[in-house]
Amino acid sequence: MIGKLDIVTLQQLWWILCSVVGALFLFLTFVQGGQTLLWQVAKNDREKSLIINSLGRKWELTFTTLVLFGGALFAAFPKFYATSFGGAYWVWMLILFTFIVQAVSYEYRKKPNNLLGAEVYELFLFINGSVGILLIGAAVGTFFTGSNFTLNAFNQVTWTNPLRGLEAAFSLFNLSFGLFLVFNARVLGAMYLVNNIDFNGVPEFEARVRKSCLTSFLLALPFLLYVVVSLLLIDGFAVDKTGMVGMVAHKYLNNLLAMPVVLGLLLVGLFLVILGVTRTSLAKATTGIWFGGLGTVLVGLAVFFTAGFNGTPFYPSKVDLQSSLTIYNASSSHYTLTAMTYVALAIPGVLAYVAYVWRQMDSRKIDSQDLADKKAY
Amino acid sequence: MGEMDLGMVNWARAQFTLTAMYHWLFVPITLGLSFLCAFYETIYVRTGKEEWKRLTKFWMTLFGINFSIGIATGIILEFEFGTNWSNYSWMVGDIFGAPLAIEGIFAFFIEATFFAVMFFGWERTSKSFHLFSTWMVAIGSNLSALWILIANGWMQYPVGMAFNPDNARFEMQNIWEVVLSPVAVSKFTHTTSSSFIVGSLFVIAISSYYLLKGHHVEMAKKSIIVATVFGLLSSLFTAFTGDESAYVNAYSQPMKLAAYEGLYKGSKGAGIVALGVLNSGKKIGDGQDPFAFQISIPKGLSLFAKRELNGFVPGIEDLVYGNKAEGIMPVAEKMAKGKAAIADLAAYKAAGKAGDEQAKAVALQRFKANQEHLGFGYLGKPEEVVPPVASTYYSFHFMVYVGTFLILMLALFLRATFTNKLAESRWLLRFGVASFFLAYLASELGWVVAEVGRQPWAIQNMLPVKMAATGIAAGHVQATFLMFFVLFAVLLLAEIKIMLKQIKIGPEGA
Ligand code: HDD
Ligand code: HEM
Ligand code: HEM
Repeated sequence: MIGKLDIVTLQQLWWILCSVVGALFLFLTFVQGGQTLLWQVAKNDREKSLIINSLGRKWELTFTTLVLFGGALFAAFPKFYATSFGGAYWVWMLILFTFIVQAVSYEYRKKPNNLLGAEVYELFLFINGSVGILLIGAAVGTFFTGSNFTLNAFNQVTWTNPLRGLEAAFSLFNLSFGLFLVFNARVLGAMYLVNNIDFNGVPEFEARVRKSCLTSFLLALPFLLYVVVSLLLIDGFAVDKTGMVGMVAHKYLNNLLAMPVVLGLLLVGLFLVILGVTRTSLAKATTGIWFGGLGTVLVGLAVFFTAGFNGTPFYPSKVDLQSSLTIYNASSSHYTLTAMTYVALAIPGVLAYVAYVWRQMDSRKIDSQDLADKKAY
Repeated sequence: MGEMDLGMVNWARAQFTLTAMYHWLFVPITLGLSFLCAFYETIYVRTGKEEWKRLTKFWMTLFGINFSIGIATGIILEFEFGTNWSNYSWMVGDIFGAPLAIEGIFAFFIEATFFAVMFFGWERTSKSFHLFSTWMVAIGSNLSALWILIANGWMQYPVGMAFNPDNARFEMQNIWEVVLSPVAVSKFTHTTSSSFIVGSLFVIAISSYYLLKGHHVEMAKKSIIVATVFGLLSSLFTAFTGDESAYVNAYSQPMKLAAYEGLYKGSKGAGIVALGVLNSGKKIGDGQDPFAFQISIPKGLSLFAKRELNGFVPGIEDLVYGNKAEGIMPVAEKMAKGKAAIADLAAYKAAGKAGDEQAKAVALQRFKANQEHLGFGYLGKPEEVVPPVASTYYSFHFMVYVGTFLILMLALFLRATFTNKLAESRWLLRFGVASFFLAYLASELGWVVAEVGRQPWAIQNMLPVKMAATGIAAGHVQATFLMFFVLFAVLLLAEIKIMLKQIKIGPEGA
């Protein structure tokens, strides 16, 4: 039955699916945010261990979601995978490095005889949460600011900037987007820790975590405002009916107005994040993460939809507009998208067991008893 | 298509080799040890005996140390197809991307989710749910092997696809052909079963060490019983699936088979070299004996590769220069056809641009006649299709010797266990410790056979490696190669130190 869908529907469906995975990843960066809070809010070893053990039960989910995001883009939009990873080589390589060092740090930090010492593994976690997220933000920012590549008749990529992708991090817009993600991750990290740790007997620790939620949010705000305002003002890349790409004034503002649902996602999302912040830092609630998390997912969806729908190339080239990638010219064949759509029917099942296990494991908060366990990080 | 910078291609290969071989240091242990943990925990849940729980937790601690670095080295591979092999990723992404994405959906999430329960859920979930989770980690790990090996199998034997001249890429036609390809099946069965051996020997080596030292004797004996049975069954199955792999190679990649057998001149009823030293001066077509010394078993190779005593097994020279009697086309002829196909493809593109429908149709017609040889058009000379013979030959033979030896050794372990003589059989225990390293080496060398043996092709007969790479200056790849090299070396050192310390601490620390 899926095979009967036309290619355009499948391409849009897959842009939605990739956006969902990407948006879920942004939510799950609460792990990275928590990692950067470590030195700020934990004043002793016990507090550190509480944070590490709380995040340590979730980091693999975030990591795996990132891997799936890459895999899904490869399967559904191979031209994007080839162009961006091969072209913007250094951004992606550096992002990967920060995730490689993350993956061993939880397990090795406290183990005896670990060669580098706990502080170095904590530094790795910090780098992953700061540099890693900043560069991911910069890379996503290029969906709006464009990149420096051309494609030849055989779709081979030539990158025209010697920095091979790192130049993305030197644009004010991309940098702001990256910093916004870093601070948003910290907001989420604080919300998650408040929800997940049993603060019995350590009220000052709790107060510090709750306060960091607010300060991180205040730090995120200017970058958010800069990103949103620029997005509404800048000229954007647009593709017309004949497939020609050109610059259009206020393109992204137009997109939001033309797609009220997306505008709604953005506004509701921002509202939910703010609600999560007030619940976490001004009230005593522990449920802020659900508001902040859902809010982040909605904002993430709005970002990806604005970049890809309504006649917009999602991976535009600044140097050769006609090389720009749209969800229509970068996708897999009808056959592959159909097959992959059947596979994607399993995703709700995956989400269901992830949620079930999460509930089972989090029914009791992380406390000293967990730290006493020999398996603890 | 643009010419590639060969320096860059070689660095990209070096980088892929480095990262893949690194990943492969940890993966076989994950694949095998995850099942052993599941067996141990099952025994604990069935008998309710605390010592089995302690033992399970001990092996899980070691599993966790290995697992996290396995993940760290895996993420880089997932993206390396894009960063280093972007032409490849575009040209075959329509087929190759699917198994990678499916692996993410079906396998990695199972591992990531249930791993947390397996490690931290002892007090948080019920006994049976915990056991279930441990099994899911084992199944999830082996599912990740399944999908990546389907992808790899497809590179070795590209099926279920067709070339689309309009966008110059290969597109999937039938996913079932890709998934159920005989190469994928033999790869998956051989790779997982050989990894079960490595996992079993990991347990046997550490337990043998304990027995030699007289530490944790009861735990070591219990661990060994299960690991020996699992290891022996796996090694028998590995020999069987290895034989199957060679049989599949005979029709999917005859050049690889000829290289790892050191067979230059094909024949009916070909003998198999049981023991031999290659003649290092041998060049293709020079008439020299390829072996400086050899002992061979008559008709062995025909039996091995063709399953009949007098089957014809082509040698390297037959495959390069052709063999009329056996209907093998010379590579030079394939190259001519390939070059014609490339020219017709360019003409097709040009006609399309000019809007000349008739010229377009003619070019397409001509392209289709030669398209199956497209990949050969990128070769410089016929001899390029020969992979490095010595490394494939020696790797293959080492693997087979180790495989045979392990069957024998595990059988002795089994006998010693059941006659309760293991603790006294000190020489056997020493073999137990050493054999782990042999199996490890065999496992890495198996990949050398598989991957070096398919050179120069990234995708067999379709896309040579040099055409698969990204257009990027070699300096960038050199820089990241060095970064990986240093980082991975440090992480590996940390892993080994932590692992040794935990082994020293023993089950009390788990
Ligand atoms: C403990 C490890 C181990 C052991 C003892 C063996 N193998 Fe193996 N072999 C592997 C580990 C391995 C591997 C690492 O898993 C490979 C690499 C790629 C693959 O598919 O499996 C492999 C590849 C591989 C290939 C190439 C497959 C291809 O290119 O598609 C052949 C023909 C064999 N093996 C045959 C054998 C035979 C006849 C053995 C006799 C007992 C044997 N192997 C033992
Ligand atoms: C983890 C186990 C693996 C190991 C140890 C391994 C080993 C190797 C080796 C030794 C080479 C170098 C060949 C040469 O340049 O002479 C190589 C190349 C390569 N392998 Fe593998 N391989 C593994 C798995 C895979 C898988 C699963 C895939 C694909 C899905 C793959 C794809 C490639 C590619 C793209 C290259 C580079 C191109 C080339 O040089 O052929 N490998 N690998
Ligand atoms: C060259 C192609 C390969 C790629 C792209 C790749 C990719 C990955 C990635 C991204 C991870 C981390 C998954 C996570 O988020 O949890 C991983 C782990 C893993 N991979 Fe690979 N891999 C490759 C080769 C292989 C091969 C050949 C096998 C097995 C036959 C294998 C088996 C596993 C297993 C069992 C894990 C679990 C972690 C561990 O072993 O410690 N991989 N791989």
